[in-house]
Amino acid sequence: MLQITRNTLLAAAVLAIASPAAAQDTIKMGGLATLEGAFAAPGQDGIRGIQMALEEVNSMAGGKKIELITGSSDASPASAIRATRKLVEQDGVQIMVGPLSGSEGLAVKDYAKTKPNVTFINGTSAAQDTTLRNPAPNFFRFSTEGAQWMAGLGEYAYNVKKYRKVAVLAEDYSFPYTQVFGFLEPFCRLGGKAPADARFWVPIGNKDYSSVIAALPDDVDAIYVALGGADAINFLSQYQQAGGELPLIGGSITVDQTVLGSKGKIRETVIGTPSAGPISDTWDDPRWAAFVAQYKKMFAGKGGFPSPSLFAHGYYINAKAALLALDKVNGDLSDGGKKLRAALASLKFETPTGMVSLDERRNAIADIFLTEVVEGPGGNLVNKTIGVTNQVSQTFGLPYEQFLKYGQVSRTNPPCN
Amino acid sequence: MFGAAGKSSAYPLGINPAILLVAVFLLGYPLFASDFFTFQIGAYSLILGTIALSLTMLAGYGGMVSLAQMTVAGFAAYVMAILGTNSVGVMGLGWPWWLTAAIAILGAALLSTFIGAISARTEGIYTIMITLAIAVAFFYFVRQNYVIFNGFTGFAGIEPPTLFGVYWRDPMPFYYLCLAVAAFFYFAVLYGSRSSFGLGLQAVRDNPRRVRALGINVFSHRVVAYFYAGAIAGTAGVLLVWFNGRVSPGLVGVDMVIDILVIAVIGGLGAPIGPFLGAVAFVLLENFAIDLIDRERFNTVIGLAFLLIVLFSPDGMLGLWRRAESRIRLPRANALWGARANRDDWHSASSPKRM
Amino acid sequence: MQRRTLVVLGVVLFAAALLWLIFAVWPDWLIDAIGRKKTFVTTLLNGVTLGGLYFLVASGFTLVFGLMRNVNLAHGSMYLLGGYIGYEVAEATGSWFFGLAVAFLVIAVSGILLQVAIFRRMEGDELRQTLVTIGISIIAADLMLAVWTGTTYQFDTPEGLYGAVVLPVISVIKSSGAPVFIKYPMYRLTVLGVAVAVGIGLWVFLNRTRVGMMVRAGVNDREMLAASGVNVQLVFALVFAIGAGLAGFAGVVGGTALSIAPGEDIRYLLASLVVVIVGGLGSVTGAAIGALLIGLAEQFGLAYFPTYAVVLTFVIMVGVLAIRPQGIMGTR
Repeated sequence: MLQITRNTLLAAAVLAIASPAAAQDTIKMGGLATLEGAFAAPGQDGIRGIQMALEEVNSMAGGKKIELITGSSDASPASAIRATRKLVEQDGVQIMVGPLSGSEGLAVKDYAKTKPNVTFINGTSAAQDTTLRNPAPNFFRFSTEGAQWMAGLGEYAYNVKKYRKVAVLAEDYSFPYTQVFGFLEPFCRLGGKAPADARFWVPIGNKDYSSVIAALPDDVDAIYVALGGADAINFLSQYQQAGGELPLIGGSITVDQTVLGSKGKIRETVIGTPSAGPISDTWDDPRWAAFVAQYKKMFAGKGGFPSPSLFAHGYYINAKAALLALDKVNGDLSDGGKKLRAALASLKFETPTGMVSLDERRNAIADIFLTEVVEGPGGNLVNKTIGVTNQVSQTFGLPYEQFLKYGQVSRTNPPCN
Repeated sequence: MFGAAGKSSAYPLGINPAILLVAVFLLGYPLFASDFFTFQIGAYSLILGTIALSLTMLAGYGGMVSLAQMTVAGFAAYVMAILGTNSVGVMGLGWPWWLTAAIAILGAALLSTFIGAISARTEGIYTIMITLAIAVAFFYFVRQNYVIFNGFTGFAGIEPPTLFGVYWRDPMPFYYLCLAVAAFFYFAVLYGSRSSFGLGLQAVRDNPRRVRALGINVFSHRVVAYFYAGAIAGTAGVLLVWFNGRVSPGLVGVDMVIDILVIAVIGGLGAPIGPFLGAVAFVLLENFAIDLIDRERFNTVIGLAFLLIVLFSPDGMLGLWRRAESRIRLPRANALWGARANRDDWHSASSPKRM
Repeated sequence: MQRRTLVVLGVVLFAAALLWLIFAVWPDWLIDAIGRKKTFVTTLLNGVTLGGLYFLVASGFTLVFGLMRNVNLAHGSMYLLGGYIGYEVAEATGSWFFGLAVAFLVIAVSGILLQVAIFRRMEGDELRQTLVTIGISIIAADLMLAVWTGTTYQFDTPEGLYGAVVLPVISVIKSSGAPVFIKYPMYRLTVLGVAVAVGIGLWVFLNRTRVGMMVRAGVNDREMLAASGVNVQLVFALVFAIGAGLAGFAGVVGGTALSIAPGEDIRYLLASLVVVIVGGLGSVTGAAIGALLIGLAEQFGLAYFPTYAVVLTFVIMVGVLAIRPQGIMGTR
C-alpha cells in the first residue's frame, strides 16, 4: 500500500509543481476543438483553419512568436469547460480560439466571465445566445450563427420559388430551432405558412424516417429540412426510396459536402434544393479561390478534405482576427489584454468570404451565401452559388430591443399559422 | 479489506503510518498545488472516485455490477438544477440549496433503490444488462424531454451556496468539501463492510442459495445495498453539478457510464480505496494525454488499460500491489474474483434453471 | 379450459380487428381519432420490419448466451464491423451479396478467435468475460472511428430490391372513386423475409440436426454433455461463430436499410439487450417475440409521440421484468 501510494502521489506532486514559466517573447494561444469522438473530423479541420492563419504570418504577430496549444473536447459542454480550464489555468494561454459546437460555446461564454483577463474568440459554435443574451465582455465571435446562416433563404423560397405553405422536418434541439427560426422569420413575414401540425421534430440521431415520411402532409408546397450528417443522409435516401415527390429546402448542414459526397441514393431528391450558409464551395471569387488553394497546398494528402469545410473557415477567421488585433497592439498583453480586446471590438477586415466586423455584442456581421444543389461537371453533386446576402447582422437589421421580442428560439417560434 | 489496516493495533498510536502519510498529503495538497490541480485534478478525482466507490460497494461486496451509478449521480445533478436555481429559464424553482441537496440525494437513493428492485430479482450478468439498458434509456429520455429536463441543452448556471463567508466553488474550499465527502463515504463503506449488513451482503454475493437457506432475505439485502449506493452516488452528483456549474445529457451518456466502470475496475473492485486510485489515474490521463500522445486515440488507450487490467490483474491497480506484496507473504484470497471461482457457486450460477 | 377458450377468443378478435384495420377503408370517425390510415399501416409495416432486423441482431446474442452464459457486450461492435467490412467488399467487388457473405464469414471467424483466445481461458467467470467484452467494444469503437472516420456509409441496394412496391391495401378512396394504394419499400419487405428465413433456419438447425441437438443438450446441462463424449469446445466455437456471424450479417442487412455510422454499435447493442431482456435470455423464440414487440413500440412511438418513443420501450422492459423477471420465454 505504502509504496504504490507514495509513488502515485509523488508523481502527482511533481506534475503539480512543474508549471512551466512563460517566456516574455511568446504569446500562448489555445485552440479548442472536438478532437475525439464522432466529431473528430470537423474538429481537426477547425485546427487546420488556425494553422492556416498562423502560417500566413509565419506564427508571428505584434512582434511576438505565437505558440499554439491545442485542447480537445468530446462536444459536450462539460468536457469543453474542462479542456478550456486546462488551457487557461494550467497551460496559461492568454487568447483562446474555440469551441466548435453550440452548447460548448454557451458553456465557454459562461466560463469566460470568470476569467476577465483572458480573451476568448469563438471557433464555429453557432448558438444565438452565446452573444445575443447576457454576452461576456471578453468573448468575441467573428463567425456567424445558425439564424444568420439562413439569411436570404426565406425570401428566396417565397419570392422566387413561390412557395406559400411548407412543412418542417428538423432535429429536436437548439441548433435546428435556430435554423428554422432564421428561415421562417422572413418567410412568414412575407405571408408564408408553416402550421404547428406540419412541423416534425425527430430525436437527434434518428435513423429510420419511414414513419415520419408517411406522416408528412400532402397539401404543402415544400418541406424545409434541417437535419445534419448521418440523419440527413438517412432521411434523403429513405425519402427517395419511398417515392417522395415534394421539393425540399435545406438547412446549412442538410445538403453540405459531407451529405452530397456520401454514397446514398439521394440524387433525384436533392437536385434543385436551395440552402444557405457561411461558405459556398463553388464561389468563383478570387479571395475564396486563394483560400481553397492555400488549404489544398497545406493539407492535401495530409488528411485534409477536398475543400475547406465551414469549420476550417470559421476557425481561420477567428484566429485571423486574433492575429490582426495582436498586430495592432504590438503584442502588448501586459494590461490583462484590455487593449487587445478594444482592438478586436473595432476590427474590420477582409476574409475569404467578404468583409467581417462586429456588432456591439461582439457578434459578426458578415456575408451569407445562397446556394442550390446542382449536378457538377463530373456528375458529382455540388452547391452552386446563386446569391450573396451582404452584411447580415444577428438581428436581421432590426433594432436589438425589437429583435428580442421574438423570444428564444423554440419549436413554435415564430408561430406562423 | 484495506491493506494492513486490519492490524492497526500493531502500530504506534494505533494508526498505520502509510495511512497517516496519505491523510497528511491529502489535507496539505491544496497548499502546494496550483488552483488547477486543486480543482480540476484533485476535486474532480474525488468526485469521480466517490461515484465509482458506490459501484465498488455494489460490485465488490454485493456482486452486482450496476452500470447505472452515473445515471443515479446525474439524476441528483438534474434535481439540483430543476428544484434549485439555474440560468436557462426552464424549471429552476429556486428552493434553498440545503433542501434541494437533501431531496437530490434522497431522490437519487430512491432511484437507485428502484433500479435495484428491478434488477435484483435476477442474478449476476443480468444486472449489467438491465442497468446498462436503464442508463441508456435515461440518457435518451433526458435528451428528449424539454418540459422538465430541458432536453439536449440541459441546464447551466447552477451555483453552490456561499456559506460562512466562503464561496464553495473556489478551488480550495471545494477541494476540502469533496475530500470530506469522499472520506466520509470511504470510511462508511469500510466499516459498513464489517457490519452485520455488510457481512450479510458479502455472503449473498458468495452464495445466494446458501444464504437464502439460512433464512436471510437475499432480495431485500440487495435492494438496501442499492439504496446506500444511491445515496453515495447522489451526494457525488450534487458535488459534480457544483463542479461543472451545469448539467446536460452528455453527463449521463454511455461514455460517462462506461468511464465510471473503467475507473472502478482499473482501481480495483476489492477495496474502497480502489475507485479513488482509478479516478486519479483516469483524470490525470484525461487531462494530460493530449500533451503526450495524440488525443484522437484517447479511448483506445483507456480501453486497452481496462482490457489489460481485466485480463491480467482482475483486482486492478490494487491487485498489482498485492501481488508484489504476496511475494513476501502468503497469497491472500482475492475478494471478487476468488469468490467467483468457487466451484459450488459456479455450478449454481451456470445451471440454466437459475436463469 | 374456460380460461384457454377466452384467450383464444381474444387472440382471434384481435387478429380480426387488425386485419380490418389493414384492409378496410377507414371511416371518418376513425381518421379523426387516430389519424390517416397510410400512417398507421406504414408504421405497422415499419415496426414489423424493424423487428425483423432486431431479431437478426439479437438471435446471435441470445444463442451465444444460451449455451455459454456469455453476455457478449461487444455484439454491437460486431454488427458495426460487419457493416463496414461488407461495405468495403461490396464497393470493391460491386456485389452486395458477396459483401454480405464476407461480412458473415469475417465476423464469424473473429467470433471464433474471441472464444478460443479469450473466453475459453475464463470459462465460468461470467462477470469477467462480460467486462472483457466491454473493453473490446471500447477499443473497437475507437479503432473503427480511426479507420472509417465519422462519415456515414450507405450501401447501394442490390438491383431488383430497390424502390417501392404497391401493396394490395387501399389507403383512401379519392373523390373521383379511384382507390389509392399504399406503397412500401421493397427492400424493407426483403429484410422481413430474411429475418423469417433466418429464424426458420435456426429452428431447423437446433431441432432437426445432430449438432443442434448437442447445442440444446449443452444449454440444459453442459457438464453432462461433456461427459457423454462430445467435444464441447468445438460446439462452443461453432455456436459463437454463428452468433457473431449473424451480427455481421445483420450489419450489412441493417446498414442497407438504414445506414452505418459510429454510434450504431451502441444502438444495436441496446436493442439486443432490451430484446433479450423482454424475450428471455437464451431463447430464440423469445428473441423473435421481443424483437417484434420492441420494433413495433419504437415505430409507433416515433410516428405518434416522437418525444417519448424511448420511454415506451423502457416501460415494456420494466413491465416484463416486474411480471416475469426471466423474460417472456425465459426459463428459470
